[in-house]
Amino acid sequence: MTNVAKIKEPAEQAPIPFTRKDMKTENDVRWCPGCGDYAILASIQKTMPTLGVAKEDLVFISGIGCSSRFPYYMNTYGMHSIHGRAPTFATGLKVSRPELSIWMVTGDGDGFSIGGNHMIHLLRRNVDINVLLFNNEIYGLTKGQYSPTSEVGKVAKSTPYGSVDHPVNPMAIAMGAEASFMARVADTDAALMTDIFQKAHEHKGTAFIEILQNCIVFNDGAFVQVSDKKQRNANQVLLEHGKPLIYDDGKKGIALNTDTMKPYIVDLEANPEKTSDLLVHDEKDATGMLCHVYAWMRHPEMPIPVGVFRALQRPSYDEAVNAQREAIIAKEGRGTLEELLNDGDVWDVD
Amino acid sequence: MDLQPSSKSSSPQSLKEVVIRFAGDSGDGMQLTGTEFTRAAALAGNDIATFPDFPAEIRAPAGTLAGVSGFQLHFASHSIFTPGDAPDVIVAMNAAALKANLNDLKEGGILIVNEGSFTKANLKKAGYEANPLEDGSLDGRRLIAIDMNQLVAKALDETELSPKEVARCKNFWALGLMYWLYSREPAKQIDWIQAKFKRKPELAKANILAFKAGYAYGDATELFQETFEVKSADMPQGRYRRVMGNNALAMGFVAAANKADLPLFLGSYPITPASDILHDLARYKRFGVTTFQAEDEIAAMGAAIGAAYGGALAMATTSGPGLALKGEAMGLAMILELPVVVVNVQRAGPSTGMPTKTEQSDFLQAMYGRNGDCPVAVLAAKSPADCFDTAIEASRIAIKYRCPVIVLSDGYIANGAEPWRMPKPENIPEIDPGFRTDPEGYMPYARNPDTLARDWVRPGTPGLQHRVGGLEKDQLTGDVSYDPENHETMVRLREEKIQNIANDVTEAQVEGAQEGDLLVVGWGGTYGALKQGVAAHLAQGNKVGHLHLRWLSPLPRGLEDIFKRYKKVLVCELNRGQVWRHLRAEYLVPAEKYTKVQGLPFMVSEIKEAIDAHLAK
Ligand code: SF4
Repeated sequence: MTNVAKIKEPAEQAPIPFTRKDMKTENDVRWCPGCGDYAILASIQKTMPTLGVAKEDLVFISGIGCSSRFPYYMNTYGMHSIHGRAPTFATGLKVSRPELSIWMVTGDGDGFSIGGNHMIHLLRRNVDINVLLFNNEIYGLTKGQYSPTSEVGKVAKSTPYGSVDHPVNPMAIAMGAEASFMARVADTDAALMTDIFQKAHEHKGTAFIEILQNCIVFNDGAFVQVSDKKQRNANQVLLEHGKPLIYDDGKKGIALNTDTMKPYIVDLEANPEKTSDLLVHDEKDATGMLCHVYAWMRHPEMPIPVGVFRALQRPSYDEAVNAQREAIIAKEGRGTLEELLNDGDVWDVD
Repeated sequence: MDLQPSSKSSSPQSLKEVVIRFAGDSGDGMQLTGTEFTRAAALAGNDIATFPDFPAEIRAPAGTLAGVSGFQLHFASHSIFTPGDAPDVIVAMNAAALKANLNDLKEGGILIVNEGSFTKANLKKAGYEANPLEDGSLDGRRLIAIDMNQLVAKALDETELSPKEVARCKNFWALGLMYWLYSREPAKQIDWIQAKFKRKPELAKANILAFKAGYAYGDATELFQETFEVKSADMPQGRYRRVMGNNALAMGFVAAANKADLPLFLGSYPITPASDILHDLARYKRFGVTTFQAEDEIAAMGAAIGAAYGGALAMATTSGPGLALKGEAMGLAMILELPVVVVNVQRAGPSTGMPTKTEQSDFLQAMYGRNGDCPVAVLAAKSPADCFDTAIEASRIAIKYRCPVIVLSDGYIANGAEPWRMPKPENIPEIDPGFRTDPEGYMPYARNPDTLARDWVRPGTPGLQHRVGGLEKDQLTGDVSYDPENHETMVRLREEKIQNIANDVTEAQVEGAQEGDLLVVGWGGTYGALKQGVAAHLAQGNKVGHLHLRWLSPLPRGLEDIFKRYKKVLVCELNRGQVWRHLRAEYLVPAEKYTKVQGLPFMVSEIKEAIDAHLAK
């Protein structure tokens, strides 16, 4: 009986290189024309060949929803599972097959409504999985009901008089679960997406990526401030490790009022000397203090933070589980069936 | 103090079998007393069967009826199959324990009570207006009232323990007394206490003192006119151990994984009475086991399916309410056609029901508790030791047919103990996981023509990338398909695959009369009671057969012919007639039912009477 279901040693063969084209399946992509999902798919297909992972070691696992059709469009191993539960399948797979590179695709309903519980536990356990949250603030596949991330007042099919339901903040929940890696990006920002996907892959532990995704049919323009390339610079601030928070082509920056612990905008054109007041991003800060601040920065009062909020090393669950078992085996020896059965009061009858 | 076997001049009276029930407050340690006395009986070569019966609350209010915890042990010098209907001896540690159990005592039975706990307050809590030890209401029983509280306190006089700690040694005092009464060799028990409290020498010393004092008390006083002994049973040759159902399941799955050369993965969320399987497997890490305590029942099931997808022998353990939560994920496992075993240790329902009490009322849920036409394999274990074989059988079928398999156990066999003649590891057959690695001509949903199972392909296998999911799939490529004909074909194929398992498992076999007046049909943990109830009728010359179903889905081959050989069929089960309903629907057999839903197992006498009634009809 083996301990893990590993089927080849990692060093046994160098991964055979492949290209973006190899990532495509024969299935027709069936999202609505103009859906933000297309751009995300393209960025993922572009990133995968750059990771140094063998094609057969990539696995995409999703729940239910528009975004969750994703695995059908990736020529990798994939599982389109049930609503909200993708983290559970991904966890079981990663624990038994730690050498696989697992990408989980979910949406705001799948990940934060029906599957909210699993999401929290996935993040706190820090299972080494990359989570792509397609947040479009609406239910697409069930045709246009408000979602747990929809704003109060949202008029949708199930809320003709406007939603009175207070939304969740995915980033704040991720912080509450002590996510070790958090990032945000708009679906139109291909370069940043690719960069974040690569960093997510390198991160050991759960990499949580909120993608602001446009549902052109039911919630068009929900994130227009950042997805529209013309407005983007003025409305988003890119978090870069070790660099001050500057945006709007260097015209503005973000500083923290240490009395109120609230962020404020600094006009750098008027006060260039105040550059030294600006917050400097530290993605490795263990307290996560500033991550909370970033999670609550919202448009239009503040620019929307994008990029890597947090990239902190802490042990991943899959690694810990397997290490513990191997340590016990190393110390006590591999158990045999003979030992198993005889562990207790036994007696012989002749 | 040196303990010699009884110094009474007369030698012990030899008995063929004894049923003892230990009863006390949940805090009195009666489960431990019962378990230890069972161990002594097992090691002395008796056949044994036990029935622990405890409240769901960890510590219900002391002294109340709700807090009474009991442990019944049946030991014998011949083969037995149940923990016994009525106790010959009841050991009651307080007034509530007496009240809750007295009615079950056999006529003329021995009643040993801890007089010290019959205080006014305790009598009131138990609902007694007068002290039953004094008002003559116990006449007709052999009452032996002992102030154990005081005797334990005296025995532990020299120790440094607090009065509360001293009181907690009572159970070993009672155990000591029973050792004396049944002529057990005390030395091994003393060694056991020594080892158990290795890290707390004070407690080891105190419990040994209490144990010895109880033993010596029996010897020194004139309370008992005689002692007893039950000689060892004539058991088949082999190596034995005492085993409880949950532990046997845990070992069975480890054995199955070993024989399949697969890692064992358990996803589980704690739930009574299944948690002990999780506890045991968590201890078994060095046998290559991975346990995952999930955030909820659904996650436990999902993780198991994820591990199965990765190529592990994957399983989940739960009880009724948990199985309800797992339904949707099990449906996914079924349509993905991945091997996964789900153990349901049934308890009394509906809803939260009575978590520590036994029942067989999840059969229909196991069969049909999922959306769509979603057949899975279902089998049941019939006794604590049988759980081992059941686990291996479930694993073998799940792996061979790439399907979910539900194992039905129940609270009664989960916690009950019996001697188990262990198999030799080398005699347990190997299981071939048969992973596919060849990309040539691969179609994800192409099937083995005999079993109708599809290939099991692990992620990481070069050239075999494919997608699976919960949407209906094309019968060969596995691509999403909404084609009407294809859907019909797939639903039928999945059903047929489960039916094919019947080719792979033993045919139904009847014990007792092979034809005649009445066939008693049962399944799961009622085996012992049905067997003995039928045996009583066979002894009277009645033509009664006993059919005990291991496989429930699919049902074994040959049932139709068996039913025809009897004038009447009587299905006995601990629910309102679930398998009864199923058999009638499947075979149009005019079966009748005998059911019980009290959270308790069948008594042999109940079965015997039910058979009487149906023979007379
Ligand atoms: S409904 Fe919205 S999210 Fe879904 S595919 Fe269409 S555009 Fe995309």
